[in-house]
Amino acid sequence: MTKQEALFKYCLRLADTSLILAQRNGEWCGHGPFLEEDLALTNISLDLLGQANSIFQYASQVEGKGRTEDQLAFHRNEREFYNTLIVEQLNGDYAKTILRQFLCDAFDFYFYSELVKSKDETLSAIAAKSLKEITYHFRHSSSWVERLGDGTDESHNRIQNALNELWRFTGEMFEMNEVDSVLIKEGIAVDLAAIQTKWESKVKEILERATLKIPSTAFMQRGSREGKHTEHLGYILAEMQSLPRALPDAKW
Amino acid sequence: MGNTKDSQGKLWEVFVQKKPGQPFVHCGNLHAFDKEMALQNARDLYTRRGEGTALWVVPSDAIVASSPEDIGPFFEPANDKVFRHPTFYNVPEGVKHM
Repeated sequence: MTKQEALFKYCLRLADTSLILAQRNGEWCGHGPFLEEDLALTNISLDLLGQANSIFQYASQVEGKGRTEDQLAFHRNEREFYNTLIVEQLNGDYAKTILRQFLCDAFDFYFYSELVKSKDETLSAIAAKSLKEITYHFRHSSSWVERLGDGTDESHNRIQNALNELWRFTGEMFEMNEVDSVLIKEGIAVDLAAIQTKWESKVKEILERATLKIPSTAFMQRGSREGKHTEHLGYILAEMQSLPRALPDAKW
Repeated sequence: MGNTKDSQGKLWEVFVQKKPGQPFVHCGNLHAFDKEMALQNARDLYTRRGEGTALWVVPSDAIVASSPEDIGPFFEPANDKVFRHPTFYNVPEGVKHM
């Protein structure tokens, strides 16, 4: 695998993850538990969409085949998407949405803190800009996790159920393949093994404060690094891509 | 959640400071269940477009306000006391920078 191929795939992995999470959270628009929180979550989605857009633009430049960021987002199929499995999971209730956001924010926080040091100047600049947004997202989702976990019996049960459901998707967030090894050698990619320990200790600390228990099951679902997804991604793409596919030259 | 009573939290007043050193100006209110949520909601609702660099959130019931009936006794006596304004006084000749 050449450096260029690896960098292109690396960008897709990051951009797809932000894009699909933004799309999922966006489903709450107008349906949030109350006005202020509805705005907060859609705000976060817009940040994620902005991050995805910047990375897709860079991916397009790296690939050099004239595919635009929109073509990358709207004209690829399910098996060509490399977003993590956790972001494509159904929203469920607000506890599940918030817990998913929390697990992803914790990852993004440590990941982008390292990506700032990348030798790739574009990725480093995007990371620096994104990190400020992510720091806020993480603060927002952690305070909700604590509030719901340590709240009423019902809120506690709901977010504990969410944790039981989503925990098995956290393992592959740290999985590395040839893409990573090629780019780590160049000083471009982040060593995910190094951030896994930080992620685990921070997540455990907050879950403990929220009186939540990490499920003891060792099974971890994987597959996104090879473009293998759960059944949910197809439906998200169908909804997200239908308009640009039906009217490829449509302009805002 | 549903439309049960108190499904949105209590009311908070939001004050935004545009730049350090300037006064905090009231800009509106919001719902939240606790201090941290009030602060975060204020950030999302009132400072998205660079409106400020610092925020205060205050529970609305902590604010003591005058009522419309107070207009007379509270504020009208000031109207006929023009000597309370600096412009009432003649500045003596020769005094500069006043």
